[in-house]
Amino acid sequence: MALRWLWMLVPWRGDWNPRSKSPGQEEERHVRANDRDYNERFSYADNHIKTAKYNVFTFLPINLFEQFQRFANAYFLVLLILQLIPEISSLSWFTTIVPLVLVLAITAVKDATDDYFRHKSDQQVNTRQSQVLIKGKLQNEKWMNVRVGDIIKLENNQFVAADLLLLSSSEPYGLCYIETAELDGETNLKVRQALTVTSDLGDDVAKLADFNGEVICEPPNNKLDKFTGTLFWKDNKYPLDNEKMLLRGCVLRNTEWCFGLVIFAGLQTKLMQNCGRTKLKRTSIDKLMNTLVLWIFGFLICMGIILAIGNTIWEQKVGSNFWEYLQWKELTISAVFSGFLTFWSYVIILNTVVPISLYVSVEVLRLGHSYFINWDRRMYYSRKATPAEARTTTLNEELGQVEFIFSDKTGTLTQNIMVFNKCSINGKTYGDVYDEFGHKVDITEKTPCVDFSFNPLMDRKFRFHDSSLVEAIKLEEPLVQEFFRLLALCHTIMPEERNEGELVYQAQSPDEGALVTAARNFGFVFRSRTPETITLYEMGQAVTYQLLAILDFNNVRKRMSVIVRNPKGQLKLYSKGADTILFDRLDPSNEELMFTTSEHLNEFAGEGLRTLALAYKDLDEDVFDEWMKKLLFASTALENREEKLGALYEEIEQGMMLLGATAIEDKLQEGVPETIACLTLANIKIWVLTGDKLETAMNIGYSCNMLRDDMNEVFIISGHTMVEVRQELRMAKERIMGPGKDKFSSGLDMEKTELYSSDSVFEETIIAEYALIINGHSLAHALEADLEQILVDVACLCKTVICCRVTPLQKALVVELIKRHKRAVTLAIGDGANDVSMIKTAHIGVGISGQEGMQAVLASDYSFAQFRYLQRLLLVHGRWSYHRMCNFLCYFFYKNFAFTLVHFWYGFLCGFSAQTVYDQWFITLFNIVYTSLPVLAMGLFDQDVNEQYSLRYPNLYRPGQLNQLFNKRKFFTCTLQGAFAVTIATSLVIVVSAQIGLDTNYWTAVNHFFIWGSLAVYFAILFAMHSDGIFTIFPNQFPFIGTARNSLNQKIVWLVILLTTVVCIMPMVAVRFIKADLYPTHTDKVRLLQQASRRQGPQEQNFRRVRRTSSRRSAYAFAHQQGYGELITSGKNMKVPTASTSTYPLSSPARGNSVVKNSVVSGTTDAAETNSTGFRRESDQNQEVTVEDLEAR
Amino acid sequence: MMASSYNAKDEDGHLPGSVGSGGPGAVKSKKPDNTAFKQQRLPAWQPILTAGTVLPAFFMIGLIFIPIGIGLLVTSNNIKEFEIDYTGVDMSSPCFSCSQNYSWNSTSACTCSVPFTLDQPFESNVFMYYGLSNFYQNHRRYVKSRDDSQLNGDKSSLLNPSKECEPYRTSDKKSIAPCGAIANSLFNDTLELFYNHPNGSKITIHLEKTGIAWWTDKHVKFRNPGGNNNNLSSVFRDTSKPVNWHKPVYELDPSDPDNNGFVNEDFIVWMRTAALPTFRKLYRIIQKKKDNMTPTLPPGNYSLEVTYNYPVRSFDGRKRMILSTISWMGGKNPFLGIAYITVGSVCFFLGVVLLIIHHKYGNRNNSADIPN
Repeated sequence: MALRWLWMLVPWRGDWNPRSKSPGQEEERHVRANDRDYNERFSYADNHIKTAKYNVFTFLPINLFEQFQRFANAYFLVLLILQLIPEISSLSWFTTIVPLVLVLAITAVKDATDDYFRHKSDQQVNTRQSQVLIKGKLQNEKWMNVRVGDIIKLENNQFVAADLLLLSSSEPYGLCYIETAELDGETNLKVRQALTVTSDLGDDVAKLADFNGEVICEPPNNKLDKFTGTLFWKDNKYPLDNEKMLLRGCVLRNTEWCFGLVIFAGLQTKLMQNCGRTKLKRTSIDKLMNTLVLWIFGFLICMGIILAIGNTIWEQKVGSNFWEYLQWKELTISAVFSGFLTFWSYVIILNTVVPISLYVSVEVLRLGHSYFINWDRRMYYSRKATPAEARTTTLNEELGQVEFIFSDKTGTLTQNIMVFNKCSINGKTYGDVYDEFGHKVDITEKTPCVDFSFNPLMDRKFRFHDSSLVEAIKLEEPLVQEFFRLLALCHTIMPEERNEGELVYQAQSPDEGALVTAARNFGFVFRSRTPETITLYEMGQAVTYQLLAILDFNNVRKRMSVIVRNPKGQLKLYSKGADTILFDRLDPSNEELMFTTSEHLNEFAGEGLRTLALAYKDLDEDVFDEWMKKLLFASTALENREEKLGALYEEIEQGMMLLGATAIEDKLQEGVPETIACLTLANIKIWVLTGDKLETAMNIGYSCNMLRDDMNEVFIISGHTMVEVRQELRMAKERIMGPGKDKFSSGLDMEKTELYSSDSVFEETIIAEYALIINGHSLAHALEADLEQILVDVACLCKTVICCRVTPLQKALVVELIKRHKRAVTLAIGDGANDVSMIKTAHIGVGISGQEGMQAVLASDYSFAQFRYLQRLLLVHGRWSYHRMCNFLCYFFYKNFAFTLVHFWYGFLCGFSAQTVYDQWFITLFNIVYTSLPVLAMGLFDQDVNEQYSLRYPNLYRPGQLNQLFNKRKFFTCTLQGAFAVTIATSLVIVVSAQIGLDTNYWTAVNHFFIWGSLAVYFAILFAMHSDGIFTIFPNQFPFIGTARNSLNQKIVWLVILLTTVVCIMPMVAVRFIKADLYPTHTDKVRLLQQASRRQGPQEQNFRRVRRTSSRRSAYAFAHQQGYGELITSGKNMKVPTASTSTYPLSSPARGNSVVKNSVVSGTTDAAETNSTGFRRESDQNQEVTVEDLEAR
Repeated sequence: MMASSYNAKDEDGHLPGSVGSGGPGAVKSKKPDNTAFKQQRLPAWQPILTAGTVLPAFFMIGLIFIPIGIGLLVTSNNIKEFEIDYTGVDMSSPCFSCSQNYSWNSTSACTCSVPFTLDQPFESNVFMYYGLSNFYQNHRRYVKSRDDSQLNGDKSSLLNPSKECEPYRTSDKKSIAPCGAIANSLFNDTLELFYNHPNGSKITIHLEKTGIAWWTDKHVKFRNPGGNNNNLSSVFRDTSKPVNWHKPVYELDPSDPDNNGFVNEDFIVWMRTAALPTFRKLYRIIQKKKDNMTPTLPPGNYSLEVTYNYPVRSFDGRKRMILSTISWMGGKNPFLGIAYITVGSVCFFLGVVLLIIHHKYGNRNNSADIPN
């Protein structure tokens, strides 16, 4: 714990960088299996991994070298050296060395600890065991001893030790399954298949030992999804691609064993090559502080020069006459030389303007703020026992300045859980809960769930609240049974039954999983399947259906069907699909039911649910036989096979009988809409960047309240070419700016556009709300240099921006774009490996923890379990941090200027001789002891506005975004104030204490203790240092004996102290009062309100109630229902959210166009994008994965 | 789940089980402790600058400071102070000739007599100061040119003074005692005061030469080496006198062993360096008469007899003699009183201005228009 504390104290994160050993030279890789001598000629990297930076001997020199590369450390080192020169030394060396050594030591300890853990994790990884085929025998070897060209054996659930070429496996056809979650964050299994020639080797060790194939392939690179090579074996050539590779970091699944040939090892594996360097993130305050320190340094030099010139002149004019009293050998050289020396003396004396304690204090503050985040119970997610964690301690105040949030969708906004929520069976809806008066009841955690205990095969996690459906099942209503039978039969899921009754469904899409799981719980358990049969347990009875045909899903058909023969011998076609599609193919007798069902569908869609319509058809044996023949014929056709099949499917999927519809909820995380609404009020723009499809993304947009029915327009950019995208963006911009106003082409600079948008369009954008939805392939064009300007313009005019089907790389590019163009603080939040790039790029990266993958969390700066905690992190912690840090810096600069400038003025009185006014103990202790604790206490505990009000008035967040609390102007004010407050010693301590009292908004006991304590300590130390005792021990160090006693005895001294204090403090009080009185900021107002409400205790209750009734949740619900009702009455159909699912993009072109006039949402767009199974897939896997992620397991 | 309820729930609604398990020895939960400190809910006083607090503060300060200032000014005005410059810059000055042939080396003393007149009687104890102008006792090289442990009677430092004393550390291969530039430049004019009685007689005014240094300096900080050894000349045998001195340190006041050597009060006063180039140092005290009836210094003609040793002309310095009475606030200092009055009035005035501004333009009802 202590160690952890120490390394958290230090700001910079370990930025180790596993450099590969000059891969540049290697142009082609030759690997011969089982031939170490041959492979050693190329000196490939072995499987030993070293991520540590130091060893015992190199630690001190390297670490010190690194530390002195920091400006501040080097500066203080130079000061220290200067102080050792007696001619210059105006202060004793201990004034500098004590804090310097302290800082260096803390940093060194932190670095050492970090490196120790790296050593440990390296060690742990390097000594993992793997079975290597050596000299014809399988031997256990440590990972680090594995060489390129070795053949190793992997067993189920083992980590792959190096990048392997798959040779053979336990599964037929040399297949093997791997999980690549560590690499790309996808948790679904992937298949790899060995070459047939090598898979024939099987697990015959002797044959494998004889295998002497040679692989010639590409040199090591970081492309996770590409591999090209050739295997030469027995005079044959076999091409190799990525489908035959097992990469380090994968886990073998569902495969008993497999053998592989090591191609890349250790640092040359793709995983290690992908270990992006963790960029050191710095806050804008940090950067500003550095600039200011440089300025101050310049200022210091200026003062030094002025004083040095003064000294030269003085020595010439006055000093030379004073010679008799003040002989000095060096002076005989020249007055200019004396001036030169004086310059350095003053640099030493005035160094307190850039006090080393500034850096230490800032780190302490940030550490404290980080701890407050870690300790916050309101960011603790009890269900997963995950507290919030500040993984980086250096960014806290920037949390108070965020302007853009880039959020992932899946797992961040949503829980990635599809829940079978409602259904409509034969014109009757199920799923809503009504109370005894027939009113709909909101479903909460406490709503009782339906008891499925009658079903031994149920999934315990499944929850359903409407018991009427179970009753219907129990009454064996045939249509209800048929409904669930359809769900249990019509899908492409693979069941897995590890133990009796422990069914696990391997679903390609979570929607299907949800539907089949629902059927399972309602007593239609899909138990197993073979290519020809499907076995269900219908109400506990095993029933096997013959599977005759699967009419698979694609994006044009938007439906899938199965044809089965039930045990009674009846032929049935079961179909599920988009309602619009299915409704066209129904038997005319269904019209009435269709009407009712479509009403229900609208209702479901209005609630943001994804819907599917279900239908069945009884088939005639002869018709089917006939059709089957045609199908067989068509499936062997060489030309236009797809079309012919499609036509055949179409032919049989006619005249179906409607069964009903399902509604699936893509469950949002708790409180997401409210959080988004609140953050929007805080003027933070939230962009959703998701790999999901357009419809899904839009659906979530609606349910998150980011898209609303009352928005003026939703622009959808989905052009495929540069020209189209440009056209669409231009049009969008024109629509927003109003026709004819758009005189700005993409070439115009930002300021102008902003200026423009801020006056004439400003009001319009307030009233009019636009949304922009952009597709991944369009984004690729829009991100090019020509279009990015107009993209930024349009996007920033829109309230909501959603980018769908974006690759991880594009996510990072979008963040980068905003960083570049807007100079705004960006925050990226995500949960998966595909968000890592974005998280690393943004100023602040937030990872959602408590999920399966750890990549995002490990790459992030902050992590917590729920999206909604973001609100608290930003509006409470971030705001406080920012506020505290700014006040702290203002005060700190003020204090040090007040402290140091005395010497400047005194220079004019003491012949520019660099004589100090204070004794040096005062100088040493002033920053460290006398004045550090109160300001630290303020920096840690101050709250201008308490948390309730911070959350209630998100507008209070604004100053942070505008950088209002600490900027260069503010800095000058502080320093001016400091220059004004030039007083001496005791009164200085009192003045700065009074000032901190004035600056403190939130006087906790700690503040009281520190402020009064510091004063007390000051006087205690003062008297101690000026006491007889200490003088008799060190007469030379403490010559100020008796001064305190003698001077503080005099009443006039106290009168002077009182006067100077008042003179220094009152103007500030007056100015602040006038400001707060005449131009109150939001903060001032809220503080007043807060104070008023505190005085009248009961009123707070009142406030809360008011807040509840006007809660955004209900507002959101109203907005949606209102829009929905309007649509019903207006006779139009529902908008886009009506029809959208993740698996089956159902929105028809006609509907899409009714909303989105200038865009092309059509099936064809998606058909091109989605592969035929509708599998969700991240196309770009080229992302950074750090080794820690992998090795952490 | 209700929108606004989750905050409240998370705040106090940690699962009932987790509360019970908080006892000692229970499994350590990752849930943060619910302490006021960790949850940043420490009770606190949150002052705000409002009209209700700021304006009265300004008026109060005004009302308190003005009387104090008046009091200080009156007190200061009641203090009598007399100052005379005896540098001898002008040809007409009695000390002109002395100032012309100044030198540290001159062995023969030059004396001059400066007449002056007091118009008002000086009551109570009168303090006699010498003042120097343009004398940089605050120069860094000067200030550090001393060895405090030598002055504290440390034997080894006596014979081997600190390097800081250079170039006044050794002379003739013997260490200098007291070493350093400060000691070397000890003010060595002798001032004597005579009252020219109207009847023509010249009455010597008794000048008290002890009690002018701080008690701590005299008894703790400065000590002769060898403790109470009365034979100072033997103690200082192996040392040399500072170059500019006419006599060694053990002859500073041979008449009084308690005021000789390092503990000589004139020396101690000199060694406490002044902060500004123009300064005054206490030289003598004129005790008030015992009968308390006649003033310590009645009005009339006086003459100041100066043994002119201390050269200041080279650096345009001035030498002054100051006579002053003191009060509870020390010496004459009209500035402080004026400053108090000024600050007090300014505060009061500011209070009025702020009141007007607040009344006319201030937002007294500004909590109503907070957006969102």
